[in-house]
Parts: sequence; C-alpha cells; structure tokens
Amino acid sequence: MNPLLTPLTSSRPPEPSLSDWFGRLHLDLWMLVLLVGTACVGLVVLYSASGHSMPQVVSQAERLLLGLGMMTLAAQATPEMYRAIAPWFYGVSTVLLVLTLLLGDHAKGAQRWLDFGFIRFQPAEFMKLAMPLAVASYLHGQPLPPSFKTILSTLAMIAVPTGLVAVQPDLGTSMLILAAGGFALYFGGLGYRWIFGAIGAVAAAAPVLWTRLHDYQRQRVLTFLDPESDPLGTGYHITQSKIAIGSGGLFGKGWLNGTQAKLDFLPESHTDFIFAVYSEELGLMGVMFLLGLYLAIVGRGLYIAFRAQDTFQRLLAGALSLTFFVYVFINMGMVIGLLPVVGVPLPLVSYGGTSMVSMLAGFGMLMSIQTHRKLLAS
Amino acid sequence: MSRHDKIKDLYREKQTFASRTLVAAIACLSMAALLTFRLVDLQVLQQTYYATRADQNRMRLSAVAPVRGLIYDRSGAVLAQNTPAFVLEVVPEQVKNLSDTLERLSKIVRLEPNEIARFRDRVRKSPRYRGVPLRTNLSLEEVARFEVNRYDFDGVDVTAGLTRSYPLGGTAAHVVGYVGGITEDEYKTVAEASYRGLSQIGKVGIEKSHENELRGEPGAKVIEANAYGRPLRELDYQQGTPGRNLVLSLDAKVQMAAEQALGELDGAVVAIDPRNGEVIALVSKPGFNPQLFVEGIDSKTYKALLADPKRPLYNRALQGTYPPGSTIKPFMALAGLESDVIDPNHREFCGGSMQLPNSSRYFRCWRRHGHGSLDMSEAIKRSCDIYFYQTAISLGIDRIHTFLDEFGMGRQTEIDLPLERGGLLPSREWKRRVRKENWYPGETLNVGIGQGYMTATPLQLAQISARMAMRGGGFKPHLVRALQDPITGATETVEPELLPTIENRRKADWESVINAMQEVTHAEGGTGFGAFKDAGYRVAGKSGSAQVIGLKQDEKVAPTQESLALHLRDHALFIAFAPAEAPQIAVAVIAEHGAHGGSAAGPIARQVMDQYLLGEIRYRPPGSPPPNAMGVTPVDPEMPLPPTEESTDG
Repeated sequence: MNPLLTPLTSSRPPEPSLSDWFGRLHLDLWMLVLLVGTACVGLVVLYSASGHSMPQVVSQAERLLLGLGMMTLAAQATPEMYRAIAPWFYGVSTVLLVLTLLLGDHAKGAQRWLDFGFIRFQPAEFMKLAMPLAVASYLHGQPLPPSFKTILSTLAMIAVPTGLVAVQPDLGTSMLILAAGGFALYFGGLGYRWIFGAIGAVAAAAPVLWTRLHDYQRQRVLTFLDPESDPLGTGYHITQSKIAIGSGGLFGKGWLNGTQAKLDFLPESHTDFIFAVYSEELGLMGVMFLLGLYLAIVGRGLYIAFRAQDTFQRLLAGALSLTFFVYVFINMGMVIGLLPVVGVPLPLVSYGGTSMVSMLAGFGMLMSIQTHRKLLAS
Repeated sequence: MSRHDKIKDLYREKQTFASRTLVAAIACLSMAALLTFRLVDLQVLQQTYYATRADQNRMRLSAVAPVRGLIYDRSGAVLAQNTPAFVLEVVPEQVKNLSDTLERLSKIVRLEPNEIARFRDRVRKSPRYRGVPLRTNLSLEEVARFEVNRYDFDGVDVTAGLTRSYPLGGTAAHVVGYVGGITEDEYKTVAEASYRGLSQIGKVGIEKSHENELRGEPGAKVIEANAYGRPLRELDYQQGTPGRNLVLSLDAKVQMAAEQALGELDGAVVAIDPRNGEVIALVSKPGFNPQLFVEGIDSKTYKALLADPKRPLYNRALQGTYPPGSTIKPFMALAGLESDVIDPNHREFCGGSMQLPNSSRYFRCWRRHGHGSLDMSEAIKRSCDIYFYQTAISLGIDRIHTFLDEFGMGRQTEIDLPLERGGLLPSREWKRRVRKENWYPGETLNVGIGQGYMTATPLQLAQISARMAMRGGGFKPHLVRALQDPITGATETVEPELLPTIENRRKADWESVINAMQEVTHAEGGTGFGAFKDAGYRVAGKSGSAQVIGLKQDEKVAPTQESLALHLRDHALFIAFAPAEAPQIAVAVIAEHGAHGGSAAGPIARQVMDQYLLGEIRYRPPGSPPPNAMGVTPVDPEMPLPPTEESTDG
C-alpha cells in the first residue's frame, strides 16, 4: 500500500496544529511570534531609554496593540481585494499628499501633517502601503519582464508621491516610498541594466541634488562625513551615539546601566537613536540577537513572497519585506555612523512614530497572502 | 516573438521572481554583514576608546571644601568657628515663578528686602541648575514651618552646612577679621587648586593674614553628572585636609575690658606682653559686626559702613597714625641721656614760652605760666614742653631720628596682621625727598614734644613702651601663639621673634627714665596720678595729647578743651607698662577727642592693666573722695603747633 495514501484512508482528520489555528484567523504564527518578540524587546529597551518612564512604555504598548489589531484586520481581506482597491488607495493617498502641501500643519519647519479637525495624520504613512500595492497591482496586469513603456509608467507612478513627500520635506519617508515602489519593480523583473543605470544617474545627479537640498539636510550629510568636526553642534548626535555603542562592548553594560542615555548625553535616545541605547546596554551579543530577529522577519516575508500564488502577491510581499529591511538598515546605519542622519525610526522598537501602525498593517497584508491560499494551486 | 512578449508568461515570471528573491536575500545578508562589521569595529576593536569617552562624559571631579580652622584666644575662648546652619536654597531652574515663590516663602520664613535683593543678585551670577542660598541661618522653627509646606515649593530646599560665625560678635572684629565671597580679582591672585569647592576667603585681619593656615586643602569627590552638568551621585570621595586652628595671644577678657573702658569714645587700645611680643588686646572703635560679611553684605549696608565718618571698618590700632604728643617725651629724655646732652639732674627753667635765636616766634609750654625750674624727672612727670624743646635743640633732628629709629618709629612693626601702616619719623633726608625743602630748627622743637611731622600708630606706641619696659630688649609683636592640627591635636608653637637690643651706654639711663615715668603715675602732681594712684602694682606711664586744631600765633592762650566742639577736641593718649620692675604688660591708648591724656586715656590704660594683672577692674573713677589736695585733675594739653613762618606748608 502506498504510504502516501495513508492519511487519506485514515478514519479521522489530523489534529489541527497551533499554526493551523492561527491560519484560520488568517495570522501567520511565525511572523506573529517574530513581530511580537521584537516589539517586546523594544518595550524593554524603551523602559530604559526613556529614563524608566512607565507611561511611555504603556503608551507604546497601546500603540503596539492597535497595530496588531490593524494587522489582524488587514489579514482578513483577501489579496484579490487588495489588488482591486490598490489604484483607488494610491489615488486617494496622492490627493491627500497634495492637500498636505497646500493645507498641512507646519511642525519643525516641515509640512507633514494633515488635520481634519477630528483626526490628524501623515498621508505619507498611507503612501508607504499604497505605493507597493499600486505598483504590484499595475505590473500584475502587464507582461513581465516589463516593457520600456511599462517601466516608464511605473517610474512615473513612483516619482510623483516620492516627490510630493520629498518637498514637505521628509527625505527619510520619501526614500522609503521610493524603495517600496522600486522593490516591486525590481521583483517584477526590471533589467539589471536599468538598476545600475539608475544608480549611475543618481551618482551623476548628486552635485545637482546637493544644491537642491535644504540647509539642515546638507548639514546632516556634512556631519555624517566628519562628525567630530562639530562635536557640540550637529555632530553631537552621531558622536554621542558612537560613544554609547562603542562603550557597550561585547556584552554591554547591562539593562538600565547605560549611562549615555540615562544622563542625557544621547539625544533622541528613546526614538530614532534607541538602537544606541540597546547597543550600550546589551552589547554586541544583544545587537546580533536583534539583527537576527529582523533578518528572520525579512526572511519569513521573502518566504511568503516566494510561496505566493500570483504576481501581484509576490511583488507586494517582496516589496513589503525589503522595505522593512531598508528601515532597519537605514536606522542602524545612521546610528552607528555609516549613513547620514535621516529621521527613520527603528521599526517596532523606536518610541512613537505613526509608522508602527502602518507597518503592522503591511504585515497584515503579508499574512493575508500567506493564509488566503487557494488549495488547488501548487 | 513580439506577440509572445505581450502575453503573460506566468512560469517565466515565477522563475524571475525566484532569482530576484535570492539576489534580494543575499543583498540583505551582505548589508547585515556590513552593519555587523561596523558594530564589531565600534564595540570590540574600539571599545576601550569609547568606554573612556563615555566615562569622561559622565564623571566630574568635584572638590570637597575643607573645614576652616577655628580661632581661639589665649585661654581657649572661641573667636571664630564654624556653625552648622540650615540654609534655605533655591534652584532657579526648578522654580516656575521666582517672584511668586519668594512672595509665598516670605510668609513662612523671615525674608528681609535686602536679603531678597542679595539673592536676586546671586541668581543672575550663578548657573541655573545650582542652588542659590536665600537665607543662611534658618531657625529650627522656620525649618519646621518650611518642611510642613515644602510640597508647595518645587526647587526650594533646606540644606545643612557649615557657616563661619564669630561668637563674640564685634569684639576683636578688627583682629579676627572675617571671611567673605571670593571676588574675581582674588581668584587671580590665589592658587586655584586650593580654592576648589570654596566660596569664601579671609578678607580682613587674622582671617586674611593666616588664610593659608586656616583654609586647609580641599579634598575631591568623583560625581556622576548628566549632560547638563547636574550632579547625580557620588562615585568616590576623598576627604580634604582641614585647616589648622589658631590660638591667639589675645585675651578676650582684656579685649572686652578695653572696649568697655573706651566707652562712648572712638579710639584704639593696644596691649602687648613685653616679654614675648604677644598682643594681649588690640581694640579699634567703633567696630562692626563681622557676621554681616559672612552672609554676604548687601551693597546698601556696605556703602553705609564705608560712608560712616567714624570709619568703623578702619583698624585704628594699625592704620591710624596720630602725633604721639607728650608720650614721646620719655624717649626724648633717654636720647638726651644717651647723647650726654642732659643728665638726670640737668635743670631747665620753664617760663611758659621760649624763642629761638634770630626768630620772633614763640614756642610755648602747655602751662601758660610755666613750670619754673625742673630736672628731667620733674619734666617728664609734669610734661613740661620747654624742657624738651631744649633737649631737642641740643640733640638736633639727626640724633633724634637715629635714636627713635632704633625703637622702630616710622617703620611697620611687622605684626601678623594685614594693612599695617608705619607712621612717620621725620628726618632731613625725608624732608628733602618728600617736601623738597631743608629742615628748619623750629621743626626739631615740635618733634621734641611729639608734634609736627611725627606720627605713629597706636600699635607702635605700645611697642615702644614694651621696648622701654624691657630696657631696650623686646620682640616683634604678634597675635598667633600656636597652630593646632584639628585631627591629631599636635600643636606648633610660634616662637617670639627677638628684636635687636637697643644698646645704651649706661644701663642706669633706662632706670632714670622709668623712674620718672613712675612719678607720672604714682607721685602727686603727675599727669597720670589720678588714674593710677591706688593701683596695686607699680606703673610707669606717660600721658599725651594730639592736637586736632592748631592755635594761631597771635592767640596767647589755647582755648580750654571743654569749650571746643567734641570733634575739635584733642586726642587723648596714654602709654604705660607694669609692673615697672618686671613688666608683664605694655599699653597704648588713644581716645579720639578725649581732650586730656591723663584723665581720659589714663583710666582706660588702668582698667586694661587691672583686668590683665589682677583679673578684675579695681579702678574707681574720680568721684566721692577728692583725688588730691590741689583738687585739680592733672592735664597736659599740648601747646598747639602754630604754623611756623619758615615752613610754607604744614
């Protein structure tokens, strides 16, 4: 008797595993464990980085629960629904971005917030999701690898919101939106000639771009190149951050024992620079663990993308996963002095940031792709 | 082919996607590796460097103020000490509305307007995070009242600390001096390392002259501070070296007796132990309250003290220069004897006035009708001016200068107190140098009776008395007897500094003059007899007066002192030492505008000596029993100095 047929002949259906139970809720157990685990590490570091502020930890936990709720909700919708609403979502988000430029609140010299009286939000956060959705949805309907015309249309689709966010100005977010759209195009089979060509073009345009940057952006780049040149001014962040990380050593000073943040030497210690606090207190070993968690999340995302059943789902899942990694890379790179300082939080760990909710909603889409599999396929 | 391109090739798309995913995964891993390399570089290879930087960030070396040494008098009475005080401190950074907080605080603790003004001044000058003292001496009741209400006062705190205090208040304030906030200029002159953690420095008196001994050396503590410099906790503590205690030769009882004896009069009293140069009392009146300066005097009070015409901050005993008047006569007599210009039996006739050859100017004796014929002893006893005019003429200014210079006239005594002045012992050379004029013989006469250009401080007068008492011996006057280590109790005695002996050819000359000085106090008709006639010990003394207004040449008779306004009356002087045979104390008294040396300054000297030698004051002011048959209080107002026609400026 063919052993493969044994389950079919069994009188009882197999016991559903834990994973199956979550599958019925359209949640991916692996991804959920990794996300919640990382967020919990984040809450623990936040307690230390915020100077033992329980209210901040509680408020961050509430935001996490809201995000997890959004994620669960987002996981319930089928990929087909996402593909159907993608163009509309993209269109509405673009309009909101335009409105932001016209009506938005000024805060710290940038126009990022839209205030409708009853609700106040950053439309750029919607665009972070709308962009990969729209590009994936568009390319889904096109023969791939994309034709020249398709590439041009896609680039236009990417360029408009990126530009709208960049002039707010919010360089960090615009880079993430650009990355989200770009990754979808990359997974769609954009020729390597295009990719290297684009890199070359950016390098060539850099001097022109330089003149278009705002003073504070330019200063950030200069500071990045030589942080010690201005140790009390703009180089202060990066210098203090490197001191925090370096002094942590292999095993760290121990949780709550970091001095750089506790004594206020490290600015933004609980938001954008929280990774420096983590590195100081938990050392290289702790950093490796956290980096491992992030890589596992990205890996699980790519696995979901690889297993996805159509082009739209593949491109969307791939773009979301890589964008998440870009978040991690930009933040860590900035904190350890590899990249200029741009306002990108460390996902799931940095305090606040409306990005937590939108990011977890994105993971909800990934889970939707993983859990709404049609049995006939594969 | 082109048609094939336009339809979707799902299989090919999936293949493409798979390879792209692989590339993406590799890219992610290599970027993660890049981060890791950088982190290894920071956290492993450069860990030591960054750990040091982190410690430099947070650790602050902070000074621990040493405990200042105490100051005692000779019998152990405390003259300066450190008292625990409750200090009301305000950290401006933590106070939302300073005016409102002060307003509410003033309902709980006593706050004078000048304290508030002083506080606001300090707030402006110090860092916002540092506590600024508002009141330095809260009473226990005020502390309790504040503690009950402290929830209402963010940024206000009561701390316990040490503050300098002077238990005897104004007594000996000029000697002990006071401490006060270190000024910018003072910081430039001192070794900065010795003043870490200290905010006060000795300003005047012993507190200033022995600042280095009293101060001690600051210790250090390592504190952890945050990015704003606020200290958070202590990591290491090293005790400093406390300052050394000073034992002064000053006798607080004698000091107080002298202050009381001066009564309403301003002036100075200096008492020296001639056997070792120890200063027993050093009084300058009016005085001041040194505590005002410790707590930080407000500018209004300070200006008022400076503007006071009586100059309470000025130490008359060291800085006041007065004509010695007749108190110089015993020294003139000694000079005359030494130079064989006179001998004890030499007689002069005093007819009330005399003239120099080729001069129309009259030099008068204070006694209008003259003393008749007197010998040296009688001349000293009755303070005859004519006798000493003659002696001075015979000596000439050069010999007078040489002789008095040996006693230290015209030079600082180099007592261990700051700001001492040296007085003036005139000479031909001095007059040429300073006045650009020759010396005139008439000026020698004035010097002969302690007038004219000659001036001395009360301390100098006490010192020359002490040297007379020691028959030419003597020591440099000093106040600090011993230094004591507050921890081990080890005491280092300050050895008296012997001065070069004044060598006279005949020892008997000393006794002749000292015997004459005893006539002053113990013989009827002596100018000091009224004050000393019933003293239980032998006193050698001499009265004197220093004129405040001059007499015009055409005025035949000086107006009586009693007829003059108080501020125009002569200064009364008295020098004395006792017991005459084996002296233990030498005293100089100046009672400003006291008019008569014998009757105003003499009793003060008597009371000081009684207190020191007998332990109580047995002096009874002249009252019920008439002092002597003549019923006249001996007086010796000096012949006022008329402007000499030879000298163009006076």
